[in-house]
Formats: sequence, structure tokens, C-alpha cells
Amino acid sequence: MSELASPDVVPVPERGGTASVVVDSVTKVFNRGRPDEVTALSDVHLTVGDGEFVSLIGPSGCGKSTLLRLIADLIEPTTGTVTVAGKPAAQARRDQEYGIAFQQAGLFEWRTVRRNVELPLELRGMSRADRRARAERMLELVGLADFAGHYPGQLSGGMQQRVAIARALAVQPPLLLMDEPFGALDEMTRERLQSELLGICATTGTSAVFVTHSISEAVFLSDRVVVMSARPGRITASIEVRLPSRDEAGRQAPAYFEKITEVRQALRA
Amino acid sequence: MRRVLSVIAGLIAAALAWEGYKAAGDPEGTVLFGVRVLPRADDLSMPHLSAIVQRLADPEMTGGRPVWIVVLDACLFTLGITAAGFLAGTAIGLVLAAAMQRFRIVERGLLPYVILSQTVPLVALAPLIAGWGGTLMPPWACVSVIAAYLAFFPVAVGMLRGLQSPSAAGAELMRSYAAGWWRTLMKLRFPAALPYLFPALRLAGAAAVVGAVVGEISTGTRGGIGRLIIEYSREATSDPAKVYTAMLGAALLGLLVAGTVSLLELPLMRHRRHVEVVTL
Repeated sequence: MSELASPDVVPVPERGGTASVVVDSVTKVFNRGRPDEVTALSDVHLTVGDGEFVSLIGPSGCGKSTLLRLIADLIEPTTGTVTVAGKPAAQARRDQEYGIAFQQAGLFEWRTVRRNVELPLELRGMSRADRRARAERMLELVGLADFAGHYPGQLSGGMQQRVAIARALAVQPPLLLMDEPFGALDEMTRERLQSELLGICATTGTSAVFVTHSISEAVFLSDRVVVMSARPGRITASIEVRLPSRDEAGRQAPAYFEKITEVRQALRA
Repeated sequence: MRRVLSVIAGLIAAALAWEGYKAAGDPEGTVLFGVRVLPRADDLSMPHLSAIVQRLADPEMTGGRPVWIVVLDACLFTLGITAAGFLAGTAIGLVLAAAMQRFRIVERGLLPYVILSQTVPLVALAPLIAGWGGTLMPPWACVSVIAAYLAFFPVAVGMLRGLQSPSAAGAELMRSYAAGWWRTLMKLRFPAALPYLFPALRLAGAAAVVGAVVGEISTGTRGGIGRLIIEYSREATSDPAKVYTAMLGAALLGLLVAGTVSLLELPLMRHRRHVEVVTL
């Protein structure tokens, strides 16, 4: 069933090139040596290929957000190494090799939508005209070109989240990191944004690491679903997903339901 | 337009209350069980508004300048002191807040003293600072120091709160952009702190006025409205309306400072004025 994928419908990522992310025997211990010591991740290995879309799924507290933050170099591993775009994670962060989006859009309410998208470009020292043009193109990509001059407070939650995605894409990073970006949205908005995200990743060739606790979301979006277990957080399964197409038909396909069942069983194991 | 009308309505209400109490109240005040619960309403304690306005137009002393010019002059002098104190206090408050935000240890070590500083009675502090006058700085600057001493407090505390207000996600976002402390301060923390800063500035403005007026009195600095209140109140038994003219001046000064601070807010808080939400 999974062999049905036709390349002209689903862009199959090139796996021959360098890996986008390599997490090598990483362990993360919080509050080390204190009574409230917590082992968030234990001996985790993960490789994300170029252009690959990988979801991390697992129960609350399984360390999936921690793993994402390690890749983003927002926190440092206790042991092990994280490599992003062929460099150490800290260097990759300094070079803005990834864009990141969180569950809360986290837009700066005092900046207009356009200026929010411009923020990472501003910090990169891009010229005013260039970043304006880039921001407008990104807003077009997420279908908000008409709202460039609005303030975030004037937009609905779904629209804010789209602005956050545009902001994450603004530096045109080879990698997109997302921590439950659609978690706070209603089902309809969520499904629409999922399709938009897939379209964007396909056209830009961006790799993605996507944290979620929705099984259907993980299966629909991903080339590979990585299942994690809690206490200590570790990877228990890695499930390849090949859907015939990633659209409404894809959501009805038997392969889709089979993979949902497979992920669910892996989560129970 | 509505605001102007409401201000006028407020003034009229205050005038009516004053004159109404004067008409209805006991001239000797109301005393219950030996405690005066309502003030005297006689002309010595509460001169008619018309008498106060009349007094503004009359010369200060026979052959002198009209009182309103003297009061206005004194107000401008104190305004200068207030402005210097306000600016210095705000600058110190901002620097302290930034330092406390940057270094946890500075916050822990300094914040208690910042709070403690405001419990020192001004009257005790003023003579000490007045001693610097003439040697370290001109006497008026001593009064500014006292104004700044009161003004820095709300700014330091309010700003610290504001700088700490961005969510962890905001700080993480800036980290993901490889922005250091200074750029995070300028792009995230400072703009996020503005809604906290403006109320603090309004308090600082009021505190600077109080500091300037009280500072003038306790250091014996001449030329300002604080000094004028003291001088005129000595004449209160013979010329009760006169001291009220000086008080009006002080009130005007406070309003002027508060108004100026509110004006600062307008260009910086544009995003707060759009409220309608678009859903798509």
C-alpha cells in the first residue's frame, strides 16, 4: 500500500544529500545533582534527511519539546551532540539555519504583521527594502498579503499562527522547527493550515521537525513519525508514512488509517 | 471635545461643592464628641472663590506685581526643577531596571534597597542634600535631586516589571535569532515594557512635583511655588485668599506635568488604539 506513492503527486524528498539534523546519543538531565533532578531524554538518536518532514509524538512529558529545543540550541544537551545543517547546533543557530514556531504565535503586539515577519531579517542586518519585499512574499505564501499593515491584536488565532509561520520562513531556512504550532486552533483551521504548511514545505524544499500530540496530524503531515515514551524520554518507534496524496483524498485513504493505527499501537506499547 | 466638556464639568462640580459647603456648613465646623469631623466654613478657612480669583488679579503687596504673575513665575521656576528631577530620576530608574533585569544578583541585592529608599522621610533627607548646595551644585539642583529621589522609584519598579513581562517563548525566539542581551532588550523587552512604563512615568511625574515642592520648603530654596505656599500661609490670618492662589498654582503645575507625560504615550502606543478583530 505504501508503495503507491506517485512522485508527481507527492514530492518525495531527496535522501541522498547531507542530513538536515543529526541527534547523536543525546541525554538531557534537568536540575542535575539536585533533589528535583529529571532525566528528560535518555540516549536519543535521530536523523532528519534533507527535505524530510518528521513528526515527534508522545505523551506529555516524553521530552518531545525538549528534543526540539535541543535541535534549536535553546538548551544544551547534558551528553551527546546535535548537528544541524552539518554544523554544531550552536553555530547553526547563530547562522539562522532554522526557523522556529511555537504553540503560541508569540507575535510582538507593538509591531504590524509585516514588521513581525521582518524581525528575523532585521536582526540579520538585511536592508529595509529587501526585508520588506521578502516579508510581503512570505505573507503572500500564508495568504495574509492584505493584512500586512494590521496589528496582531486585530487578527484571529489562526491568522496569528500563519504570521508566525511566515516569520519562521522569512530567513528561508533549510529547516523548520515547530512545537505544536496548531495546538491551540480549532479543527477546521488546523486542517487548512496543515495543507498550507505541506504546500510551503514542498515548494521550498524545507525539512521540518514537528512536535504534536495529535496522531492524525502527525500521520497526515509526515514522511516519518517518531514515537516517544515518557520517563525517561526515549524514542520507541520510527514509522515511515507514504500516503498516496496529502489532501482530502489522502485523509480518506486506507493507508492513512493504517498508519494511524500503527502509531497508536506504538504509543501504547 | 467630550474630554474638554468633562473637564469643564468637573471644574464646575468642584466649584459648586466648595461654595455649597460654604453656604450650608457650620462656620465653626462640625464637632462630634470633641472631634472636628467637618472643617470650618468661615471666610478665614474657606474664602469665596470670587475672593480667590480677585486676589489673583490684585498686586501681591501694595505697588507690587499682581499675584497671578508672581504665582506663574514661581510655577515656572518649580517646573524647571521638576523637569530636571523627573528626567534624572527616569534615567536612573531605567538604568537600574535594566541592570536588575540583566543580573539576577543585582535584582536580589538592590531591589530591597530601592524599596527601602522610599521609606526614608524626605524631611530627614532634605537638609543633608541641601548641604551640597553652593559647593557641589547650585541650590536649585539640590531640589532637583530630591525630586529625582522620589521619581526614580516608580520607574525602576514599573520598568523592571515591564522588562520581565515578555513570555519565555519571546525570549527563546530572540535566542533562536542569535540576538544577544542588548538586541533582545531593544527589540523585545523595551517595547514590551512600554505599557508598564507609562503609568510609572505618570507616578514619577507626580512624585517629582511633590519632591520639588517639599524640597523647596525643606531646603529653603527661594523663587519656587513651594516657598510661595509657605510665605503666603504665614499671611493666612490676614489674607486667607492669598494662600489658595499659591495652591492653585501648585495644582496647575501637577496637571501640566501629568498632561505632558500622557502626551508622550500617544505616538508610542499606536497599536493599542486598533481594537477590532478580523476573523478569516
